[in-house]
Amino acid sequence: MPLDASAISPELDIFIDSLDSRDGVLMPVLHKAQELYGYLPVTVQNHIAERLKIPAAKVFGVVTFYSFFCTAPKGKFKVSVCMGTACFVRDAQAVLERFKSQLGIGAGEVSGDMMFSLDALRCVGACGLAPVVSVNGKVYGRVAPDDVEGIVEEYLVKGGQNDERHKD
Amino acid sequence: MNRIRMHMLVCGGTGCVSCDSTEVKDALVREIMEHGLENEVQVTITGCFGFCEKGPIVKVYPDNVFYVRVSPDDAKILVGEHVIKGRVVEKLLYGDTPSDIPFYKKQMRIALRNCGLIDPEKIEDYISVDGYEALGRVLTGMTPQQVIGVIKGSGLGGRGGGGFPTGLKWELTAKAAGDKKYVICNADEGDPGAFMDRSILEGDPHSILEAMAIAGYAVGADEGVVYIRAEYPLAVERLQKAINQAEAFGLLGDHILGSDFSFRVGINLGAGAFVCGEETSLMNSVQGGRGEPRIKPPFPSETGLWSKPTSINNVETFANICPIILNGAEWFSGIGTEKSKGTKVFALAGKINNVGLVEVPMGMRLGDIIYSIGGGVRGGKSFKAVQTGGPSGGCIPASMLDISIDYESLSETGSMMGSGGMIVMDEDDCMVNIAKFYLEFTVDESCGKCTPCRIGNRRMHEILSRITKGGGTLDDLEQLKDLGEIIKICSLCGLGQTAPNPVLSTLHHFYDEYEAHIVDKRCPAGACTELLRYTIIAEKCIGCTLCARSCPVPCISGERKKVHDIIQEKCIKCGICYKKCPVDAIERK
Repeated sequence: MPLDASAISPELDIFIDSLDSRDGVLMPVLHKAQELYGYLPVTVQNHIAERLKIPAAKVFGVVTFYSFFCTAPKGKFKVSVCMGTACFVRDAQAVLERFKSQLGIGAGEVSGDMMFSLDALRCVGACGLAPVVSVNGKVYGRVAPDDVEGIVEEYLVKGGQNDERHKD
Repeated sequence: MNRIRMHMLVCGGTGCVSCDSTEVKDALVREIMEHGLENEVQVTITGCFGFCEKGPIVKVYPDNVFYVRVSPDDAKILVGEHVIKGRVVEKLLYGDTPSDIPFYKKQMRIALRNCGLIDPEKIEDYISVDGYEALGRVLTGMTPQQVIGVIKGSGLGGRGGGGFPTGLKWELTAKAAGDKKYVICNADEGDPGAFMDRSILEGDPHSILEAMAIAGYAVGADEGVVYIRAEYPLAVERLQKAINQAEAFGLLGDHILGSDFSFRVGINLGAGAFVCGEETSLMNSVQGGRGEPRIKPPFPSETGLWSKPTSINNVETFANICPIILNGAEWFSGIGTEKSKGTKVFALAGKINNVGLVEVPMGMRLGDIIYSIGGGVRGGKSFKAVQTGGPSGGCIPASMLDISIDYESLSETGSMMGSGGMIVMDEDDCMVNIAKFYLEFTVDESCGKCTPCRIGNRRMHEILSRITKGGGTLDDLEQLKDLGEIIKICSLCGLGQTAPNPVLSTLHHFYDEYEAHIVDKRCPAGACTELLRYTIIAEKCIGCTLCARSCPVPCISGERKKVHDIIQEKCIKCGICYKKCPVDAIERK
């Protein structure tokens, strides 16, 4: 679902106007924009470049440098499998593989119905619960491959019941 | 005024919150209200107790009782039995008193002193444990030079991994010419498996703000920046609350405590780039650019953020500052070894019984941390190695468990202190695979500026992948060593200079495992699936056909009640037959 320029909400402009200076504000502006739209499509990047009076190439360069920023939309339910070392040695790979086969998508991809996206994440710092999976910020600890089906099922039910937008 | 006779502290660290500790707190509050005890019993969310393995944790004062793995359903019995009748709930106990728990016995908490003791969201709690007293003492009775003198005298070294003397860093920044200077707190804890900075920020955010203000006074800066990972939302939230409170109390802002000193702190969010933990990359990121490192010299103390003199220290380093000011340089330098002073926080994780945060004096025996504090290896397996220093460090084998934990000894093993991650590995972990895992991380996280790091690490990763699939040669090992040395010498920043360490250290300590993969085409730990071979032990097979029916290929033949056989050419090594066999008749080698 590409965003056209008219869909850019005034909230982003209000945020940009509220900043004291133009120096070093690109990162906070990108964080805000991603919070508003869920991702950073080219139209939004161009708009930010124009408002901050910096080249669009610079904005693109920064967006693509940081893994936290994404240029494609994510699913309604964002599944992140922690692949930090503590989780890795407790077999997080098998959990990730099970999610891949269960959802039919690879890491970094989103399902056709935009319901689920799957990512491998670097350490959420809950190493005591390894291996860890988070779905839209809710953390599941000590996940075994056989738990995966239940977790997916839980969100399939939720997805069918309500249609509110889930944000981080 | 209400007289609170009992405090119930519930851990609010990320680990425990993920196990519903917030619900535990709510349930306790509900239960206490129900009995009309809200004026005498107080329930508080605190920072991390460190014992993440047993979370959620509830500690009761003044009884000093330590409850573990508490669920919301336990609130009824905790209030009914302990609070009302004064009877300790045995089934939720870990030990008699916290000081008896082996996990805590050998620890010495300086940086973590307030974690699990105070409510991190209340500045009054922090002030009640001598918070902001060090800042007051500095502003009213010490010159900036005296402050630097105390920190230098304490021997405190940078806890982010390098161990550079903090006092010297402050002195260089103070001496640098410039009207505008900065203090930065590096909270971009990207090392997977390390979570000490997060716990300190979540559990005791004011101690970091106070220390940053002291640093600002010492170096002549009026502005501080905390650069923190966006992946730590709870820490960001608590830090922002702390900043607001400190400003409201006049402990940050203009003319702090009526002095001429003004200092403000702002938060900058990272965006998931490991290289931004490197100081100059971090500064480029704060300035709104790509987090690529700068050439040093000039060092940040001369040309740092916005090209102004900047002192940048790690969270744990800052956490040590106030106790040093209050207790004196000699007190701190009396702890630890000759060259490494004070304590160090480690995040114990992996195949260890007591996962959690521990703080120990420098110089403790590595084996003591793993066995006395960590409770040894999980599930009765045998210890193989401990990885320290994350993607920049290396693996230390069992034969070296007697080494002392300090900067020098760890470097001698080919590993490093790093930020303090300690991942324990057992017999099932393949060292070649672990080296490959770390390299995959650095390949992903290399910013791409220096060719040896960008391309060299990729080549090393390809070689390791080949070895784990059985296609390696002994020449590959020589090439890994050569490449590793070149990448270390030719890269600009700490990421590239240390990236080959996990490979080089495992090559050094576990050469036989690499050899087994190459010469025997065998993975001794049984972790590299493509080198595994499943066979049926004829004497044990009862011919139940369970394996043949479970095989997804299928590649198992055999009649009922007769010995089965696996056709090796077809086998995809999924291991299902191995798990299904009721009589352990399938061998995996």
